[in-house]
Amino acid sequence: MIPAIEVRDVSFGHNGSPILDSVSLTVRQGDMYAVIGPNGGGKTTLLKIILGLLPAAQGTVSVFGNAPRDGRHLVGYVPQFRTFDFHYPITVREMVLSGRLSHARGIMRRYQDEDHEVTLEVLEQLNLSHLSDRTLSHLSGGEQQRVILARALVGKPRLLILDEPTVYVDIPTEVHFFDILRELKQSMTILLVSHDIGVISRHVTRVACLNHTLHTHDTPEITEDMIAATYRCPVDIIAHGLPHRVFRNHQEGGPGQ
Amino acid sequence: MIGIGILEYGFFQNALMTAFFASIACGIIGSYVVVKRMVSISGGISHAAFGGVGLGYLFGVDPLVGAFGFTTLVALGIGVLKEKAGQNLDTLVAAVWAAGMALGIICIGLAPGYAPDLFSYLFGNILLVPASDILMMGVLCGLILAIVALLFTQLQAVTFDEEYARVMNLPVTWLSLILLVLVAVTVVMLIRVVGIILVIALLTLPAATARGYVSRLRTMMVVSVCLGLIFSIGGLYLSYLIDVPSGATIILLATAGYVGSILISRARAG
Repeated sequence: MIPAIEVRDVSFGHNGSPILDSVSLTVRQGDMYAVIGPNGGGKTTLLKIILGLLPAAQGTVSVFGNAPRDGRHLVGYVPQFRTFDFHYPITVREMVLSGRLSHARGIMRRYQDEDHEVTLEVLEQLNLSHLSDRTLSHLSGGEQQRVILARALVGKPRLLILDEPTVYVDIPTEVHFFDILRELKQSMTILLVSHDIGVISRHVTRVACLNHTLHTHDTPEITEDMIAATYRCPVDIIAHGLPHRVFRNHQEGGPGQ
Repeated sequence: MIGIGILEYGFFQNALMTAFFASIACGIIGSYVVVKRMVSISGGISHAAFGGVGLGYLFGVDPLVGAFGFTTLVALGIGVLKEKAGQNLDTLVAAVWAAGMALGIICIGLAPGYAPDLFSYLFGNILLVPASDILMMGVLCGLILAIVALLFTQLQAVTFDEEYARVMNLPVTWLSLILLVLVAVTVVMLIRVVGIILVIALLTLPAATARGYVSRLRTMMVVSVCLGLIFSIGGLYLSYLIDVPSGATIILLATAGYVGSILISRARAG
């Protein structure tokens, strides 16, 4: 099967300082892949290259076998919160509907009946129907986040890409959000990035650590060497207070004991 | 009612038509300017229009035609540079703002003779708009309405979330340029009403006032157009009553409306 995402030896720099250094990553279809790393480690840059928003200086990227720009219509994207104006005069329904524009044709890109139907379906699925006519600024953080997810889902994507999806919400909302992702995992591939190791739920099938360079063992676990290479500090500092299952149990004296 | 007799004068009917077209253009395009936070770019474009007025004087073309051509070019130039300027956009806009004015002043200095209605380009005079200009405004207004109707969903997507519009394969660069040209066209239309110096206020104040009371862009546009009509016709009438310049009166009325709406929404929230 063609991998959902194939990143090979991608490098990217800005003003002479390297952001990504020879990064390779394969996300297989059906994966729920988490990329973890500190802020400024290049996570968002990597996503933008995968989405074709930034050109890779070196290396190749393919999305379901296509060049990034040609693969976009198969991708739903949940950008980092606060990248747009929450006071924009747009209702929840209009915003979610706008996610159908990737399928719209013709110079006017008018919405068809199908676009409205899918929008109602997704609003229902994410329990947003009762908020359809509100604007974003009148919603709670968790509701706003579900609207942004809904906009990504109306395009019926085969791959869902999430950038720091839970950074602005409280813990119960985060737990609820991962329940939603677990359901979505049945029908699509998911790639999410976060600076927070805590987002790695048991649903994640593969994990990588990214801080300019990428480290992975193609397993759902983070190992000490990945953490050490990524954060460049002793593991017990990072691991403090984390659920045990994040780490392997076989390391003697390690944090997983 | 005092002064209702002035409606019988042709120049006053022209002024009402001008206010009507100007309100439609500034309500629709002003809404985009406000929600997309293009206020400083629009300020730069409108002041640069003075360069076009000056070029018109120098080469013996109708100054408004000069302003139309020059302002459109400036808008396109800003649009192209915007992609590359990044953080420096602010400075770039300030440079265009001042350079346009400076070019206008030099051109008028070089032009033979005296520039008779220079003052009306700077501060507007809605009572002196000739019938030919009203026809032009009507055509430009129709053009704006047609383009916005045709591209409404896409312009909404681009002004709401540019990055996401790119991910959806919309022609973002083109749409942004079209929007800047629409701003330029609107600015030129408004010059007759309030003048180059005050254009930016008429473009943004009705939309900014409307914004606090609407939840959809369409509604914002309709409310902005209505507010524009109230401000421009109300200001015109006030200026007639107390015998002061019309453009400045319109702007002060619009400012009062904007400040009033802020106070009302504060009082409601508090």
